[in-house]
Amino acid sequence: MTPKIRLRGLAKSFGTQSSGEKRVLAGVDLDVLAGRSMVILGGSGSGKSVTIKCVLGLMRPDAGSIEIDGVDISRLSRADRAALGDRMGMLFQNGALFDSMPVWENVCFKLLAQRRITRAEARDRAAEVLAQVGLAASVGDLSPAELSGGMQKRVALARAIAARPDILFLDEPTTGLDPIMGAVIDGLIVECVQKLGATAVSITHDMASARRIGDDAAMLHGGRIVWNGAAGSLGHTGNAMVDQFANGLREGPIEMELRR
Amino acid sequence: MRFFSPEGTLDFLAMLGRAALSALAAAGRLALFAGAAVSCLVRPPFAWRQFLRQFISVAYFSLPVVALTALFTGMVLALQSYTGFSRFNAESAIASVVVLSVTRELGPVLAGLMVAGRIGAAMAAELGTMRVTDQIDALTTLSTDPMKHLVAPRLLAATLAMPLLVVVADILGVMGGWLVATQKLGFASEAYLDGTFDVLEVMDVVSGLIKAAVFGFVIGLMGSWFGYTSRGGAQGVGAATTSAVVASSILILALDYALTEAFFAA
Repeated sequence: MTPKIRLRGLAKSFGTQSSGEKRVLAGVDLDVLAGRSMVILGGSGSGKSVTIKCVLGLMRPDAGSIEIDGVDISRLSRADRAALGDRMGMLFQNGALFDSMPVWENVCFKLLAQRRITRAEARDRAAEVLAQVGLAASVGDLSPAELSGGMQKRVALARAIAARPDILFLDEPTTGLDPIMGAVIDGLIVECVQKLGATAVSITHDMASARRIGDDAAMLHGGRIVWNGAAGSLGHTGNAMVDQFANGLREGPIEMELRR
Repeated sequence: MRFFSPEGTLDFLAMLGRAALSALAAAGRLALFAGAAVSCLVRPPFAWRQFLRQFISVAYFSLPVVALTALFTGMVLALQSYTGFSRFNAESAIASVVVLSVTRELGPVLAGLMVAGRIGAAMAAELGTMRVTDQIDALTTLSTDPMKHLVAPRLLAATLAMPLLVVVADILGVMGGWLVATQKLGFASEAYLDGTFDVLEVMDVVSGLIKAAVFGFVIGLMGSWFGYTSRGGAQGVGAATTSAVVASSILILALDYALTEAFFAA
């Protein structure tokens, strides 16, 4: 079965040789199956966000291939790449809501930009999607600056799913939220992904969140995927590195590597 | 001394070479950015809503500061010209000095510098904040080209709004001179206005408006470029804002000389 997303040998460095090159991805191999929810784990600066940005086309990898539905995206024409982008949704870590427009316009931004709906229809559609993430239609008239952190995340989720994406990317969906709100957001994510029948790729440090939203999990360390398995097994995978990370232990192979 | 040794000279030359290459690379990146933005203007669809918002921001909200600057500049110009010209009994030349200085130079340059400080900084700050809070990346993931949605409307709005502001600046600058001449220096209103319009030619006004459009393009480009490419949080946004204003101001003054040379140096 062809995976929905297939990464092979993905590499990305920053800086120049003269100013000091930092290799963030050193050959990432990863398969994400259709309809599954994959969680990518890893320490800060391990390249989780860079991986997602490469898949989304926000960054150009130095080497390697990215296949979506078996098609290498680097070989797509501009129009095909745009069409592929239409099938993706992204929830950014800090929400990245446009503060120059009200919530309803944020939620339906993609649909409006592509002229798939009128502005009048967009208000109704926004109310419908806001309801899906547990927000009242009246929130649509507020500006993002008037919302709490949890509400901003919900609006960002609403924006990510408004155009009914086929693949949903979630960058640290529970960062900065209290545990209860984190659980609420996770519940909404699971619900939305199931309702859309989408493939989801999330990155997180939050193990409780990873277990709640993930079917599968992979750990990124040293620029490579060092483990891949069921999200439910996190904490007792048998892989010392993953178990140390998942259980938040100071002692373990990751710390030993840092000491060297 | 090490500097005068062959190694020191080579080091110095290498440093100069690196600086020159880096400046050329930056100029190349800026040219590509400008080219991409201009190409967005001719490739539909065009972000009219964004354009309108930016146009109002540049043309309408900059009007008070540009108007006041022009008015007081015209007034000061009349006063200072009188001080100088009265020594040679050439007071009658004041009207022509004021109108030519304002329409050819002071109107576009001062309006340009004011708009650079007000709008160039605002553009850099807004785009810089959007960059560091991932809003520009979010646009891309929402199937929207940030160059089309953010940069092209700003560039066009600044380019079209500046000539309008300069028309106002020209009128108010001349009016400022007339006000001082008639109310303070004892000129007859009709004689002053005759002196103004007798000397004024179409090219004087047109050259000022062309300068204004060029300065508007520069302000839009610098504000967008420094904002769009800013990095590193609040400090990066602050640096982008300062750079946008400084670069716009220097380019306005340099281009003013170049354009004056092109229009009037025959």
